[in-house]
Amino acid sequence: MSSLILRAATRVLAPMMLMLSLFLLWRGHNLPGGGFIGGLVATSAIALQGIAFGPEAARRTLVLPPAVIAGIGLAAALVATLPAGLAALPFFTGLWLKLDLGDGATLPLSTPLLFDIGVFLVVIGGVCAILLALEEDPETDPTEQP
Amino acid sequence: MSGWYAVAPLIVAVAAAAATTLAHAAPRTQRALSLGGAFALLLAAVALMDAVWRGGMIVVQSSNWAAPFGITLAVDTFGAVMTLIAAITGAACLTFAIPEIEERHRRAWFHPLSHVLLLGVCGAFITGDLFNLYVWFEVMLIASFGLMTIGGTKAQTDGAVKYVSLNLVATLLFLLAVGLLYGMTGTLNYADLARTIPTVGNTGVLTAAAMLLMAAFGMKAAVFPLFFWLPAAYHTPLVSVSAVFAGLLTKVGVYALIRAFTLLFTHDVGWTHQILLWVSGLTMITGVLGAAAQSEMRRILSWHIISQIGYMVMGLALYTPLAIVGSVFYLVHHIVVKANLFLIAGVAARLAGSMELKKIGGLYRAAPLLGVLFFIPAFSLAGFPPLSGFWAKLILVRAALEDREWWIAAAALVTGLLTIYSMTKIWGEAFWKPHPRGDGAAAPLAAAPAAMLAPIVALAACTIAIGLFAQPFWIVAERAAAELLDPAAYAAAVLGRLP
Amino acid sequence: MEAPLALLIGLLTGVATWLMLSRNLIRLLLGFAVLGNAVNLLIFTAGRLTRDVPPIVPAGAQAIEGAFANPLPQALVLTAIVIGFGLLAFALVLAWQAYVRLGTIRTDEMREAEPPEEAKP
Repeated sequence: MSSLILRAATRVLAPMMLMLSLFLLWRGHNLPGGGFIGGLVATSAIALQGIAFGPEAARRTLVLPPAVIAGIGLAAALVATLPAGLAALPFFTGLWLKLDLGDGATLPLSTPLLFDIGVFLVVIGGVCAILLALEEDPETDPTEQP
Repeated sequence: MSGWYAVAPLIVAVAAAAATTLAHAAPRTQRALSLGGAFALLLAAVALMDAVWRGGMIVVQSSNWAAPFGITLAVDTFGAVMTLIAAITGAACLTFAIPEIEERHRRAWFHPLSHVLLLGVCGAFITGDLFNLYVWFEVMLIASFGLMTIGGTKAQTDGAVKYVSLNLVATLLFLLAVGLLYGMTGTLNYADLARTIPTVGNTGVLTAAAMLLMAAFGMKAAVFPLFFWLPAAYHTPLVSVSAVFAGLLTKVGVYALIRAFTLLFTHDVGWTHQILLWVSGLTMITGVLGAAAQSEMRRILSWHIISQIGYMVMGLALYTPLAIVGSVFYLVHHIVVKANLFLIAGVAARLAGSMELKKIGGLYRAAPLLGVLFFIPAFSLAGFPPLSGFWAKLILVRAALEDREWWIAAAALVTGLLTIYSMTKIWGEAFWKPHPRGDGAAAPLAAAPAAMLAPIVALAACTIAIGLFAQPFWIVAERAAAELLDPAAYAAAVLGRLP
Repeated sequence: MEAPLALLIGLLTGVATWLMLSRNLIRLLLGFAVLGNAVNLLIFTAGRLTRDVPPIVPAGAQAIEGAFANPLPQALVLTAIVIGFGLLAFALVLAWQAYVRLGTIRTDEMREAEPPEEAKP
């Protein structure tokens, strides 16, 4: 679809949606939000890009192939489950690292946050892969005529 | 720390899936990582089996949330055996896949999807929570959807449509039963359910939930009359994919059935297990008759999966200690044999040019050794001594006779006979009769890559080992069955002793 | 509140069953989507409906005072929605592939994987 209005709106909307998705991801542990919702919002931005400028543009925005993004997410989620083992706690137990930034401010980093980032990436990768598959013609067996 | 033994197979499978995804641009690295992951999974499963065998049931309260509030992973002997056998099948089929898959199959994410599939299967065997089981089922299902369509032929698309549609329905039935059960008991932890279900007053609704679960698991396990998706789809994907499917996917359904109807729903054995008994008899007979009508190797074998599922459900339905031993023994034997038969069919088709029995022949003259390799699982499937299938069938028939269920014993024996018919049909058509395009049309065994033959030989060796040295396997199966028939001990291991 | 929801679940299940009996693949998938919603509502209702505060512990407190809504069905439903969404998305891609490769979305015209007619005994 090549409509000037859509393309102009996408230029403004897509970056804002991507930022909103990061915001949702960040506040997700204790407040409504989280990796899944954030991932879906980010995917909507990519999908908008795909509708306005074509699937190739969407792929360029993603930089990496969608499945590789999902793979990175899977690895991140896996890594998040492991530190519990070092602390002799059961699998998946959440651990917090409170970084002191000075001036009384602390930055709490946690394994649930890392897990959420993993979910975020898996959702973006997985859903974008499916969306792009719907926008592009399916690959067929070269020995058969469709 | 013993809990990490239970988690290790899952970690290995996730790591393999992630690593093969990230190495997608480098074919050689990806292949090495994929194989390495499969054998690491095998190691993890062996370690798990060893730990469970020596230390008893392993329970992990993930995230340190006490049961029944968190997600519990609980591995007893049965779960550990199934994980081990799944890992063996996975390693064998991925080895077979190395020469089979082409570049475009690899680019369609064959390796990551395979490891996600193994992850789902192992997860289903390791979990101790009904909703978590649902999640693992879906992990397995999504990966199997992807694997089934790799290649993109018309037949695959057609088979996948049927496979996907019916499995979607089964998924929702499962979820429906989960919802009802949660409404009645307020918990979905296996152990907590086992304690709570006997206190539920309204056994009618309980039986309804049990029947819904039976239908959902039955559809996964492909029992009569819910099996139609299986012969419509299993002959279409790549050989290594269909071998994993044939070995593992339906057996996850059987595992879930056994788990549900030994641990959870024993409130009305006269009703639920009687239905299972009828289902098992009809499954055996329809499966084997369906196979007799087919003329394509993988279709014949697919129908035989159905008939063999009947045996496993039969052991569960009889619900005596001996019968449960039989079911466990049968599961182990069957996974090895069936995956092997699919792999052999793949090699046979590669040498002779087709899966269609009419179009091939002369394999015995061209590749006599393949004939021997075919005979081992084929005769084991039919139940010839001294192969693994003989003991499996012997235990089950004996259990049926002890329970005075004459007709089911008769059905089991007749099914065994008819299985021989199908196996001799494959033998006669593919191996014995001359190739329709004349001598020399079938290639010798040397034309098949060694990586395809190695897993076949290894699995055949397993079959012979189970047959000749049945005693250790019997002891394991006996302990698994004893644990299955003692839900109170399971609940105590997860939740602690009752106050 | 449970009774009207039970009726709604029944209605949705009926609609879904009718859709899924169709030979049209897209209708079948729509039926799956509707049935998925019915099942999710069922899980939600099975967790008992209450008009209580959301199950979020206030800042600084260790636990919620008084009654609060059951959080578990919400977690279950969220998981089920995610999974249902993934399955439906894959199934739609498959339907699109089937349309491109087989030229039809009517399930009774899909016979590529069946044995040829003359091969039947």
